[in-house]
Amino acid sequence: MTEILAKLEHVSRVYQKGREKVDVLHELDLEIEKGDFLALMGPSGSGKTTLLNLLGGLDRPTGGTVTVGGQELSAMSNSQLSGWRSTHVGFIFQFYNLLPVLTAQKNVELPLLLTNMSGKERSRRAGIALEIVGLADRANHKPRELSGGQEQRVAIARAIVSDPELLLCDEPTGDLDRQTADEILKLLQTLNREHGKTIIMVTHDAQAAEYAQRTLHMDKGKLEARAAA
Amino acid sequence: MKVINQIAAVTALNVRNLPQRLGGSLVAIVGVAAVVLVFAAVLSMAAGFERTMVSAGSEDTAIVMRAGATAELNSGLGNDDVQIVRNAPGVLRDGDEPVVSPELYVVVDIVKKSTGDDANVPLRGVGSGAFDVRSGVEIVAGRMFEEGRNELIVGRAAQQEFAGLDVGGEIRFGQTTWNVVGVFAANGSVSESELWTDVRVLQTMYRRGNSVQSVRVRLESPGALETLGTALAEDPRIEVDVRSERDYYASQAAPLSQFIRIVGYPLTVLMAIGAVFGALNSMYASVSVRGKEIATLRALGFGPLPVLVSTIVESTLLALVGGLAGGALAYVAFNGFRVSTLNGASFSQVVFDFAVTPELLSQGLVAALIIGLVGGFFPALRAARLPVAQALREL
Repeated sequence: MTEILAKLEHVSRVYQKGREKVDVLHELDLEIEKGDFLALMGPSGSGKTTLLNLLGGLDRPTGGTVTVGGQELSAMSNSQLSGWRSTHVGFIFQFYNLLPVLTAQKNVELPLLLTNMSGKERSRRAGIALEIVGLADRANHKPRELSGGQEQRVAIARAIVSDPELLLCDEPTGDLDRQTADEILKLLQTLNREHGKTIIMVTHDAQAAEYAQRTLHMDKGKLEARAAA
Repeated sequence: MKVINQIAAVTALNVRNLPQRLGGSLVAIVGVAAVVLVFAAVLSMAAGFERTMVSAGSEDTAIVMRAGATAELNSGLGNDDVQIVRNAPGVLRDGDEPVVSPELYVVVDIVKKSTGDDANVPLRGVGSGAFDVRSGVEIVAGRMFEEGRNELIVGRAAQQEFAGLDVGGEIRFGQTTWNVVGVFAANGSVSESELWTDVRVLQTMYRRGNSVQSVRVRLESPGALETLGTALAEDPRIEVDVRSERDYYASQAAPLSQFIRIVGYPLTVLMAIGAVFGALNSMYASVSVRGKEIATLRALGFGPLPVLVSTIVESTLLALVGGLAGGALAYVAFNGFRVSTLNGASFSQVVFDFAVTPELLSQGLVAALIIGLVGGFFPALRAARLPVAQALREL
């Protein structure tokens, strides 16, 4: 029997924009199994990123519950959520969000500063993460000295360095050319298949979604399941 | 421990990013520097004036004036009074001779070099005892005046500040011409703003008979002030006030230095309020520029506290740099800057140097730190409360 890693029950998210209420997610139910690679597609404003943020504990639902790894995120305080994020989830963003003053190595080490790990151990682990993404030889380069694809690899290394179960990717190939995008997607696939990472990827790109095990389509805050191609 | 690591890491990142926000940072630095500069400059006037006045006064020297007189200019003592003071208990004696100096104090007009206008300059008639009751007074150029002649020795500061006081020259006050024969130093005290001559010559010139305005007395010890004061108070033949010289000069300094402070502190507070707004402005800009970085760090799991602290540290660092720059500038530009002003209490000019003291500099730095803390706090709060999901989306 497969294990459920993340579960959303009757989740709603309403934003207040001035006097207007914007219903971004509406009574949404979703189960994500451990080891899943899920692509989330849908038009802009359909609620994909909001769903991703709720799963990553960056946002809170206005209704319903979000449970990840047996822990109900909606019940946690802000600082508990920060601590939870540092060990249970890795984020990969469209524009990489690397810190420009730090080298690739130091960028990857960042999440480990939140642990009690020694400097030596941090450095060793960051080295392994960079090796997994194929950038061990660029450890001492700063982001501006790297190509877009390389920057995204560093960001992936940063996301996996603390060995979280769940990787949340928001348009990870949105800023890359086709060939580089394919390389990044293959890397994510490897992380899913060989390292057992559960991946949820928001994308507009149908070709990118093909790398996932399954694709869910969202529209107007609701989910619609289709089998992966 | 983890929180401290986080604070250190985020603060270090923030400081390394500073060069990228140089423009905004400079606004904050210059604002704080201006506050400390003005604060130190204005109050260095008060500090310098007080230093000049108070350093003239010694604890073991007493000044005896007519009862009720607030300054030498409105005091007057006859020869009988002088004799009573000479023989009073508590007065230091050199062999049989009491160490006292009966002095006459008048004001003469001399042209001030800096403005070309006439200024009131004190001309003091003294005897040889003047050098014994004051420590540290010495002739640094020329020679001592001779008794019974129209000769002057001039204070070092007075010579620099006022025209016609070169050694070997002549100067005319009213109907009398005086020869300048020497220059004296007195540890930078108010005495250096004065001209000295033989008390008997001055008494004759100003038709004062045997009267003087004050008697300075070298005490056996600082504690002997009370002995002398009590003895003279109980003596029915004489009505005088006895004060220590230090106390006398401090009270003379008080009105002007208090006035400078009354102007200086509110001016500083007003400027500091302006600087706080400058700091707030640049820190809000800094938080806004760092929005992506802050949101990323928060997404990675860094808590709000390190973000808050790092922002406050940034603004405090900027303020500290501004404070040090302002203090250094004040020191270089104003410390030792020589001016003269009318001392309302003695109705005569006092020459003094601005003194940017360590105490003023540390007060200026404390002000800078307060500006930094206040100017950083609210932007820091905004940084810590940044809605992460929204901030990530906007970038």
